[in-house]
Amino acid sequence: MAHQSTYQPKPGLDKWLDDRLPVMRMAHDTMLDFPTPRNLNYFWTFGGILTFCLMVQIITGIVLAMHYTPHVDMAFASVERIMRDVNWGWLLRYTHAVGASMFFVAVYIHMFRGMYYGSYKAPREVLWFLGVIILLLMMATAFMGYVLVWGQMSFWAATVITNLFSAVPFVGEPIVTWLWGGFAVDNPTLNRFFALHYLLPFALLGVVGLHIWALHVPGNNNPIGVDVKSKKDTLPFHPYYTLKDGFAIAVFALLFAMLVFYAPNYLNHADNYIEANPLQTPPHIVPEWYFLPFYAILRAVPDKFLGVVAMFGSILILFLLPWFDTSRVKSGTYRPLFKWFFVIFVFVCLGLGYLGAKPAEGGYLTMGRIFTTYYFLHFLVILPIIGLIETPKKLPNSISEAVLDDPPDSGGAQPSGAAASPEKRL
Amino acid sequence: MLGKPHYTIFAVFLALIVPIKQGWAAGEAIDIPTQSWSFGGIFGQFDQAQLQRGFKFYKEVCATCHGLKFLSYRNLGQKGGPEFSEEQVKALAAEATVIDGPNDDGEMFERPGRPTDRFVSPFANDNEARVANGGALPPDLSVITKARGIPLGVPWYVEPFYWIRDIATAYQEHGANYLYALLVGYKEQAPDGVEMAEGMHYNDYFPGHQIAMPNPMSDDIVDYDDGTPQTVQQYAADVTAFLMWAAEPHLEERKRIGFRVMVYLLILTVLLYLAKKKLWSRIEH
Repeated sequence: MAHQSTYQPKPGLDKWLDDRLPVMRMAHDTMLDFPTPRNLNYFWTFGGILTFCLMVQIITGIVLAMHYTPHVDMAFASVERIMRDVNWGWLLRYTHAVGASMFFVAVYIHMFRGMYYGSYKAPREVLWFLGVIILLLMMATAFMGYVLVWGQMSFWAATVITNLFSAVPFVGEPIVTWLWGGFAVDNPTLNRFFALHYLLPFALLGVVGLHIWALHVPGNNNPIGVDVKSKKDTLPFHPYYTLKDGFAIAVFALLFAMLVFYAPNYLNHADNYIEANPLQTPPHIVPEWYFLPFYAILRAVPDKFLGVVAMFGSILILFLLPWFDTSRVKSGTYRPLFKWFFVIFVFVCLGLGYLGAKPAEGGYLTMGRIFTTYYFLHFLVILPIIGLIETPKKLPNSISEAVLDDPPDSGGAQPSGAAASPEKRL
Repeated sequence: MLGKPHYTIFAVFLALIVPIKQGWAAGEAIDIPTQSWSFGGIFGQFDQAQLQRGFKFYKEVCATCHGLKFLSYRNLGQKGGPEFSEEQVKALAAEATVIDGPNDDGEMFERPGRPTDRFVSPFANDNEARVANGGALPPDLSVITKARGIPLGVPWYVEPFYWIRDIATAYQEHGANYLYALLVGYKEQAPDGVEMAEGMHYNDYFPGHQIAMPNPMSDDIVDYDDGTPQTVQQYAADVTAFLMWAAEPHLEERKRIGFRVMVYLLILTVLLYLAKKKLWSRIEH
């Protein structure tokens, strides 16, 4: 860990364990005493909220797996059995299904927060990469979980998405056959999706561990984007942020419960209550809402292979975000021009989500193409240029200067010349 | 400083996207009227008498062609459902003929249904169902009210407000509204200029207006012994309520527990907020 450990093991068992496996020390340093910037706003509570989401999904998911049957003839019926005959089965399934949506709500807010406050910039690039990997794992997991229900949308989503790989030149068809375990989406496909849907969350859990590790080395970014310079800038994680995160999680849980108990199917597609039928294609095949922006990008490109490239590219481009953004100022608050383009970017992402739910025809398709183009331009052109032409506002010298009345501790850490006033261009 | 230009960028951008509107896609939106349901909203509960009437209508009319394969006869006596008595459930189950076996001689045999049996479907398989219905497959009705939706059909910029309204008011009755509309939406004669396919029936609310199922409704086809009016509208409402229960047998429990969970979480949230406020008031941030 980057900061000095303050753990004082009690004599006896505690000390004995600390000399052999300092697990209590690690817990103390990461969850209790971790020095955290004192100016974090509520957008910083989504890390805690996401941990809560992952735990909810894993716990409900393990119990659901005990009652679910991954077979094409029985999957749909076993889900109905969970809903009707398993004790609290309806609660488990609705929590798991709504939980997937809530997970994505939280992760998208978390990502937009990172983008606005420049949390991907040095020294947090690896933290950001791990986040993008988590997003990819979440998407794979959510997609396969949706297929397990074996409704019409499950089946046809699986067919459409796996068929994308057939666009790969030369080896496309063999890849798809290999993915399916046959010549169509069938029982082998369902079986392997179930196995992977159970596996990936634990892979995800591992990457979340790395993500938290990578957070604890440089420490949190914060709303002014000026790194912690002295002890005055920070507060111990516990009790300040445990309580703040706890409150935020409770608010989040209220919305979560509202959906689970009163509108459990609201985010779902009605067609998924029709059992999968390979002989009947639904009139509109629509993915879950959290995939809609990417679906819109896929359909915006007339060529199938390039569409697939654009769709995956729209996520993979995030890996390069730390280099596309040429500004050395982290926080959007101090970037008058970036701020506006950020708002437009959020709007374009939401707009792509809306267009993804509409049929790919007429004006919807045209708008989808404009928005898709803009999405990529944001990374490839707009971010590099505004970083060069924009004059950022003057940054405070330190977090404590920004939030405290008394002048900052001059005896604190000595900032290196460049980092001290990054708003000045070289 | 750039001054105003970024406002201009934003305005140009808005001007570009505002014209997105409905009607760019093919197909017409059908307006499905919203009904008032006893099971709607945050405190919604089923009306047991209505569920019993709805079951009677299902048994005497719908069950000729439509199954309820995910339900068991015992469900009819469960709390939060039609709540038939134990004897009534036994008698209702016994009306069905269940194929069981093999027995000790290796033969399949027929026996009267028991409460633990699943509802016996009217046809042995989909092919038999199709042959008996001119090629059309009558869908199983176990989850039909959840398997039908209504597109919102409002412009994009008001859609989010509808989502908030629907979630805040716990509006989940799209499927029920559709089913009711479908059941009362038959027309003897297709409007002028509509060419009907062989064996199809005109319905105002069915997508494409041509439905293979003939009109199952007319006044007084099922006898109600509690004095409830025997009208098409009443039948449609009753059988829809029954099918909503069939699709969501734990709805009452869900809403009841949900209310307690919400109250609990609300208290927890307020306490955490006060604790957080008190703690943070000691420091500047």
